[in-house]
Amino acid sequence: MTRVAQPRRAAAPVGRHSARAAPGAGLGHLLTSEWTKIRSVRSTLWTLILLVVVTVGFTALLSLAVASSWDQARPGQRAATAADPVATILGTGITFGQLLVCVLGVLIVSSEYSTGAIRASLMAVPRRFPMLAAKALVFAVIMFVAGEVTAFGSFFAGSAILHSHAPVALSDPGVTRSVLGAGLYLTVLGLFAMAIGAILRHTAGAISTAIGVVFVLPIIAQFLPGSWGQHIHDYLPSAAGQMITQAHQSANQVLTPWQGFAVLCGWTAVLLAVAFYFLQRRDA
Amino acid sequence: MIEVHNLTKRYGSKLAVDHLSFEVEPGQVTGFLGPNGAGKSTTMRLILGLDRPQEGRATINGKRYAQLSQPLRTVGALLEARALHPGRSARDHLLYLAQTQGLPRRRVDEVLGLVGLQDVAGKRTKGYSPGMTQRVGIAVAMLGDPEVLLLDEPVNGLDPEGILWIRNLMKQLAAEGRTVLVSSHLMNEMAVTADHLIVIGRGRLIAALPTQEFIERSAGRSVLVRSPAAAELARLITARGGTVAMPPGAGAGGPTGNGAAVSPAAEVPAGAGAAVPPGGDGAAGTLSVTGLEAARVGEIAAEAGIVLHELTPRLASLEEAFMETTAGSLEYGVPASGMPGQDQQGMPAPDQQGAPAADQQGGRAPDQQGAPAPERAP
Repeated sequence: MTRVAQPRRAAAPVGRHSARAAPGAGLGHLLTSEWTKIRSVRSTLWTLILLVVVTVGFTALLSLAVASSWDQARPGQRAATAADPVATILGTGITFGQLLVCVLGVLIVSSEYSTGAIRASLMAVPRRFPMLAAKALVFAVIMFVAGEVTAFGSFFAGSAILHSHAPVALSDPGVTRSVLGAGLYLTVLGLFAMAIGAILRHTAGAISTAIGVVFVLPIIAQFLPGSWGQHIHDYLPSAAGQMITQAHQSANQVLTPWQGFAVLCGWTAVLLAVAFYFLQRRDA
Repeated sequence: MIEVHNLTKRYGSKLAVDHLSFEVEPGQVTGFLGPNGAGKSTTMRLILGLDRPQEGRATINGKRYAQLSQPLRTVGALLEARALHPGRSARDHLLYLAQTQGLPRRRVDEVLGLVGLQDVAGKRTKGYSPGMTQRVGIAVAMLGDPEVLLLDEPVNGLDPEGILWIRNLMKQLAAEGRTVLVSSHLMNEMAVTADHLIVIGRGRLIAALPTQEFIERSAGRSVLVRSPAAAELARLITARGGTVAMPPGAGAGGPTGNGAAVSPAAEVPAGAGAAVPPGGDGAAGTLSVTGLEAARVGEIAAEAGIVLHELTPRLASLEEAFMETTAGSLEYGVPASGMPGQDQQGMPAPDQQGAPAADQQGGRAPDQQGAPAPERAP
């Protein structure tokens, strides 16, 4: 199959011309480079496609289940769904989407370490900070696009299916914010997982940690008694971040949607700062 | 120009590089030689800013690696460890690196052509052979047309044609005035490639000198003599201050041209002068003489009217010189038993007279089998 062509004789000129080109390795160059890194590995592309397809698919599936069993459902349940259809629509598929976002965020960094490509990357950008900054920026843009496509795709699929039972429109109070917010939540969650990947550097450990923090911690916190249990729960990264995806808040929540989102951003900023610190300090 | 000053790197309690200082000059191939675990790769990682030293500094053209604004345009490096994502094509790997330096896309195709990978560059590297992977690494090193090259064990995994190719490439790059530092634990590879040598053991500098000088200084010269009157000649040589040894297996077959290195010889004790060489059923006996020049051996034979069938001055192979120099600094080596209690660590360029100590032969014989004599450039 693959055959190595005859190497050009060493006597041939080693090419002194095109290697001398545009001066100044600015942020623009690094952004282009990080984009090339992401698009040139199939697993990241597939995970992104999977994120959109699986999330929208699950939302549609669960909305169908709710719609088809509408007549059998208890009146209280029907009333709750009709009062807040967004909770049904975004509360299901996005939960699965989070998993894929965690995996993707971790992989985007940890795969460089596991394959050794990080050495090539850091030799090209030995100051290191700009490399991770460019990676975070490119990944944030990609996640924002994928996140919003996922969020709006889920909303339109779910609301179309539930339309006859629980009509909802973007113009309803809090709905646009929660749909847009779902995309924002996935974006920042991706950066949160990326920071964990950069800190731990090992794929399996980082994915387990990210999923533990995002899925397991809120469940444990719910068992804590009293109002301080509620406080701890609401300040956890995923619980806080998810508030922006809710059109209607429950009475006992201690943060507003945007405050919750800010808390997630704060967690992410702290982890990214730790990631940058370790990147500078540690041997590659 | 690479300058390493007092470089020290500790991993936990293990001292990998120990106050190492050396310079690598442009315009020649500098061999970076040491046994496995001597700290060659670590030193290169420190020069390249991948690891941080606890002490000391390494600079390239006076700057630390991290201070270079477009490092790949100044320094090209091939590391021993794999530095490729197996799911990414060689072209995309080179492309993303080129983009960090603002290099044009066509430079990627140029270096792919240089290493002969243009036809497979679009395929993911997981299907590449070790030799192809190595060529990708060399393409990466050449990407920015750098004036300084660091190559860690570049011939690993290459076929003979590839080895010849990289050898010529390194020589050509040096001839263009670039600085080329190439590490290897293969002494004979260095003998035919490097003009200058930096030898380290256990993270410390053992020697830094021209390759030729290293061979000459490390192990003594010897003279191979074949004569029907070997026993008589041996006695005369010993009496005039020479040391005579009989290479095992020599005699009947005779020396095999320059293919064989100086064999570890059973030394003839000075007092027992007239030992008759084995296998001497009419064939000329073979002696290995150290401590005397070939001319002097010839004169001694002529004075006594002894017929000589061969008189060949020989240099120790680089392999031997290396073993001699780094003995005692082998990180994972089998300790050579019965070594005369010397600790050669930190020893400057050894300047030993006489033959390699005969009591080291047990540990050394396998390495020397078939070791080609070093080619010498004028």
